Amino acid sequence: MDTLIVHVLNALLYASVMFLIAGGLSLIYGVMRIVNLAHGNLYAFGAYVTAWAVGRALGTATEASVWMYALLPVGALAAAGLGALLEPTLLRPLYRRAEEYQLLITFGLLLILEDLMRLIWGPYPLQASALYEGLGSLTFGESIYPTYNLVVIVIGGVAAAGLWAFVYRTQFGVVLRATSQNMRMAAALGVNVNRVYVQAFTLGCFMAGLGGSVIVPQQGAVLGMGVDALILAFVVVVIGGLGSLEGALIGALMVGFVREAGITFFPEIELAVLYLMAAGVLMIRPAGILGRA
Amino acid sequence: MTGPPRRVLAWSAPVLLALIVLPFVVPPYQTVLLTYGLVFAIAALGFNLLLGYTGLLSFGHSAYFGMGAYAVAFTVKYLKLESMEAFLLSGILASGAVAALFGLLCVRYTKIFFGILTMALSQVLWSLAFKFFWVTGGSDGLRVPTPTLLGGFVRAGSDKFEFLSHRYYFYVLAVFVVCTALMWVIVHSPFGKALQAIRDNETRAEFVGVQVWHYRWVAFLISGIFTGLAGALWVPLNGLTTPDILHWTFSGKMVFFTVLGGFQTFFGPIVGAIIFNYLETYAVGHTVYWQMVLGIVLVVLVLALPAGIVGTVRRFAVRPVKAA
Repeated sequence: MDTLIVHVLNALLYASVMFLIAGGLSLIYGVMRIVNLAHGNLYAFGAYVTAWAVGRALGTATEASVWMYALLPVGALAAAGLGALLEPTLLRPLYRRAEEYQLLITFGLLLILEDLMRLIWGPYPLQASALYEGLGSLTFGESIYPTYNLVVIVIGGVAAAGLWAFVYRTQFGVVLRATSQNMRMAAALGVNVNRVYVQAFTLGCFMAGLGGSVIVPQQGAVLGMGVDALILAFVVVVIGGLGSLEGALIGALMVGFVREAGITFFPEIELAVLYLMAAGVLMIRPAGILGRA
Repeated sequence: MTGPPRRVLAWSAPVLLALIVLPFVVPPYQTVLLTYGLVFAIAALGFNLLLGYTGLLSFGHSAYFGMGAYAVAFTVKYLKLESMEAFLLSGILASGAVAALFGLLCVRYTKIFFGILTMALSQVLWSLAFKFFWVTGGSDGLRVPTPTLLGGFVRAGSDKFEFLSHRYYFYVLAVFVVCTALMWVIVHSPFGKALQAIRDNETRAEFVGVQVWHYRWVAFLISGIFTGLAGALWVPLNGLTTPDILHWTFSGKMVFFTVLGGFQTFFGPIVGAIIFNYLETYAVGHTVYWQMVLGIVLVVLVLALPAGIVGTVRRFAVRPVKAA
């Protein structure tokens, strides 16, 4: 029973981070119809910035003070800032062009960002484990579980709820959804589409960065983490439906639980099963479980 | 069926002559580099049958390249063969089988769904190659010895580099010429015209009786086999096959060099593959930030030269003729 709870918590932890990354990816696709191949790098960027900030704050100390947990959003804000910079400069000239070029430019961006992080932070992994260890662990029954993981799960849940409220309960959300459904009509009704695009892209990048920020105390920041995360985020959005936030949530939960089961029971084909799941869903319902074609 | 127009023959003949003379003039290292370029050019030819002629952007062609390469490695490991012809055959069979299956699943979709589906399927192969290390060697990969050419008639001497830069170069060049001619025939055949009709207007093509689904599948199969053949030719050069060539970022590179050369032209992908190979090699040799160099080139390319190298050159070269 205890081990079951640990497995479920691990799956939820994984699902939380995946939702943050994939939710951002899906939001950007839903509004702008762009598949951002560099999205994983924004997640990695968030992780690096938070790890760097925590490292600076710690200095020579080994234990984290309470205020340092306030540094967690720094990476998310940095990723949002980067997104706000990238959309108008690199993506905006391409909206009228064929899809191929949009994919390619984000692939170029992926290569650039990957090396930019190597340039800034060097080839070695960055750690922020002081935040992870600082919270200790909980014991239930025979099992011990790190408290920090629970914090990540809560942040994931809060982010999902916040995003839902933002998209469905605010004026901005209405404009966002209107642009997503019919960009030309929204523009004709006086919506500043350029502004909506940059806001949506920034919000999507913020979520990816938040995913990186919250997971970095547990996993550390390494080069290549973005590329790996991107593919799994693809699996999530493909399962749930490209452009659907609820779909991203369902997809993230499915991927979280399948992955946890895979690591426990079939480690060799764990990744293959995830990719096959995505391929299978695409074949049966190309638009995903909750997507609209 | 019409042969290539005189204009194409007029400049491709001297280019071919130059390629034949080259190994006797330049240092062996340059020849080996060019061999890599030619191998990628074969992959690009295959890839562009889908992108340029059928209008389908695959982000999973690493699967067929990798299958070609791993088929060779398995031929060595399990069948103990060392003949290059056996390598090519196994590469063609393996990549053809995978392309036939994946194609069956993918060709019902277009645009971004096609791209993601091909990518997801290629990642399945990558993760299998990565995890089943007792079969595939995992991230260490599998070693492949220098093969014998032409049914054991031509063998590698003691100097492997000399073999690669001369005998193997000419072998690759011959396969490359055959592949290019074959692809030329394919895209200029009624079948090729049908593919272009599908690309330009799927509904109309279907209306005039083109079986869209069937044509796309055949194009997918041919494309996969060309790419797999390139993978089989690549392994002896590299001496080793690792899961990296199955990873989706390698597919991204294939898209990169096809667009670099210009995917709306027949020869563009060939030029793009060869130039990309030089670009990557020199960037890797000169800076640890080579990915950034490639990324910047790609971004500038997309923003400023979307027609690619050949497309841009042709636009400027052809305009005065039109005006005259």
